[in-house]
Amino acid sequence: MKFADEFRESSLARDLSRTLAREAEAIGRPVRIMEVCGGHTHAIFKFGLYDLLPPSVRMIHGPGCPVCVTPRAVVEMAVRLAEQPGIILCTFGDMMRVPGRTRSLAQARALGADVRMVYSALDALEIARRHPDRTVVWFAIGFETTVPGTASAVRRARAEHLHNFLLLCNQVTIAPALRAILEAPDVRVDAFIGPGHVSVIIGTEPYRFVAEQYRRPVVISGFEPLDILHSVFQILRQIRSGRPEVAVQYRRAVRPEGNRLALEVMEEVFEPRDQEWRGLGVIPASGLALRPPYADMDALRVFAGLLPPALPDPRGCRCGEVLRGVATPPDCPLFGTACTPSYPMGACMVSAEGACAAYYRYGRSTAAQPAAEVGEIARS
Amino acid sequence: MHGRDPGYILVAHGSGGKLTGDLFRDLFLPAFRNPYLEQAGDQAVVPLDGVRLAVTTDSFVVSPLFFPGGDIGRLAVYGTVNDLAVGGAVPAYLTAGFIIEEGLSTEDLRRVVQSMSEAAARAGVSIIAGDTKVVERGKGDGLFINTTGVGWVPPGVELGPARIRPGDRLLVSGPVGDHGAAVMARRAGLDFEVEGLVSDTAPLAGLVQALLAAFPGAVRCMRDATRGGLATVLVELATASGKAFRVDEAAIAVREPVRGLCEVLGIDPLYAACEGRMVAVVAADVAEAAVELLRTYPDGQQAMLIGTVAEGPPGEVLMRTVAGGSRRLELLEGEQLPRIC
Ligand code: SF4
Repeated sequence: MKFADEFRESSLARDLSRTLAREAEAIGRPVRIMEVCGGHTHAIFKFGLYDLLPPSVRMIHGPGCPVCVTPRAVVEMAVRLAEQPGIILCTFGDMMRVPGRTRSLAQARALGADVRMVYSALDALEIARRHPDRTVVWFAIGFETTVPGTASAVRRARAEHLHNFLLLCNQVTIAPALRAILEAPDVRVDAFIGPGHVSVIIGTEPYRFVAEQYRRPVVISGFEPLDILHSVFQILRQIRSGRPEVAVQYRRAVRPEGNRLALEVMEEVFEPRDQEWRGLGVIPASGLALRPPYADMDALRVFAGLLPPALPDPRGCRCGEVLRGVATPPDCPLFGTACTPSYPMGACMVSAEGACAAYYRYGRSTAAQPAAEVGEIARS
Repeated sequence: MHGRDPGYILVAHGSGGKLTGDLFRDLFLPAFRNPYLEQAGDQAVVPLDGVRLAVTTDSFVVSPLFFPGGDIGRLAVYGTVNDLAVGGAVPAYLTAGFIIEEGLSTEDLRRVVQSMSEAAARAGVSIIAGDTKVVERGKGDGLFINTTGVGWVPPGVELGPARIRPGDRLLVSGPVGDHGAAVMARRAGLDFEVEGLVSDTAPLAGLVQALLAAFPGAVRCMRDATRGGLATVLVELATASGKAFRVDEAAIAVREPVRGLCEVLGIDPLYAACEGRMVAVVAADVAEAAVELLRTYPDGQQAMLIGTVAEGPPGEVLMRTVAGGSRRLELLEGEQLPRIC
């Protein structure tokens, strides 16, 4: 595993920053770029990239955090499932802290439910093997990055005749979400920074409609500071030339055709379904349902009665608008007061990839001082 | 409703971050209040018949019990010894309490105890008392160890955040994040794929005593960077001293495999735990010499100066990032978790 220091060089970053300023000036109007993926939101804050972007370039945070877009009713369903006797509910760590109607999975665990934090669907499968007398529910969330892992866990469970492995499925796909954002009347986005890890799996084809039908650039970016600056540069270039297209900046990881094996196993196990997203409502064909041969593993079928009716976000919370890039986290009246990472009210405050968490952790008054000055003091 | 303390304890209350601090401030401190506890340091220094006695206690609940470069036993010895050492104390004695889950293999326990015995010898302390309890299967995580450490602070040694002055320099004794990365790699099942991930678990007393002896009065304050990593320690020190820190990310060493793993998992090495690194605040005029001195020790070979104490908003730690932007460091809230997307 080689780490690329050249993607962090601050002198290169400064050069790029100057080039960006020139490009932005040549465009002559504000440019609104949505970073779809929470990993990019996080990196932008983590490396203080706002200091290096021209003032006319505005970054908007998109819906790219799977924890954040999971509807509250589904989280509540997970809590109710976990509280059934005989059930072990397995989930990613971040999901544990998202509140359902009255409590989160972490709180349910503190009160006696068997909730386990795992790192992958295969870990959950292993728990099912070890506890044949219990029903293990894998709370499957995520974009195309984690879906292949879940799909192969499903396939293995079937091959091993494990009847105690179920899926509470809330996996989503990125392309329909982009279309929904482009169609939303209150959202204004000039271009997208495309998600790096998702695109390793799906390649570039699914984004083509953004450039062709909606005339907006998509640049799939890596997560290092220079990756992101470079992607912004490519976007500005495309805007200036008036020729939007789908480009891959993250060439060291993303191939245009994606990962064929991963796509195949996904395809075999899941089929598209309409799906509710927190903040974006129901998006056609944006979710994944188990295909008929695997449908008996669907926890939503087996425990249909536990799914509550739709739950609106708590009062005052603006998660929905934050997820559409219409509001920024500090616009929310609960931000930093009633809603903090220790006691989150909304999902965007929970996961490290959520916009509110990123703002809370890095954003408040960062750049209170020009970066150059900070550096000089540190070195003096 | 959410957004507030639910009225019962969550795992996050023990993570060493904000909620742990809330518990201390709102629950323990009011009940036990006394001047020593109020200092809320890693150790308490209490007068006893002319000697300044240093006391600290810590419980170790690491999972897995064995990880690359160490195990829970070694951690239980060095963790406590280091809390004494960074307060300027000479560690002398330890007690050890074992809470064992029914079913733990005797062989594993033997390995842990053997490792504790070696660690104690290396750190120059004797384990003088202990306790054993066994809980039913399912009521523990294999093995928990509590250690209490006792030492003494030599005359003339005065350390503490209150002594930190603008212009002082920030020093770290080596690369950061090794322990956190090694444990996370093992938990995520990635430790076989990433070569060279090894915990930095090591005793700090040698480095500390060398610094104190060479630069009497010029060492203001020291901390070991454990849970919450380097970033959390810096914020805590800046807050406790009422000063602002300026840090240069490019000066902070992170070993290649650690960086790589953190990249893959989406974790920030500055928040990953260390178990053998200290942060020292030293007077500017001895800073270079202090680094040179530390570099003559095996555990301090990559010691570095990473920043400066400034006038400014108390508790503010601003870091110039490797990309040339700036970013404010905050306390770790909750655990660091691998990314999903
Ligand atoms: S601050 Fe909390 S409640 Fe408000 S939008 Fe963010 S996550 Fe939602």
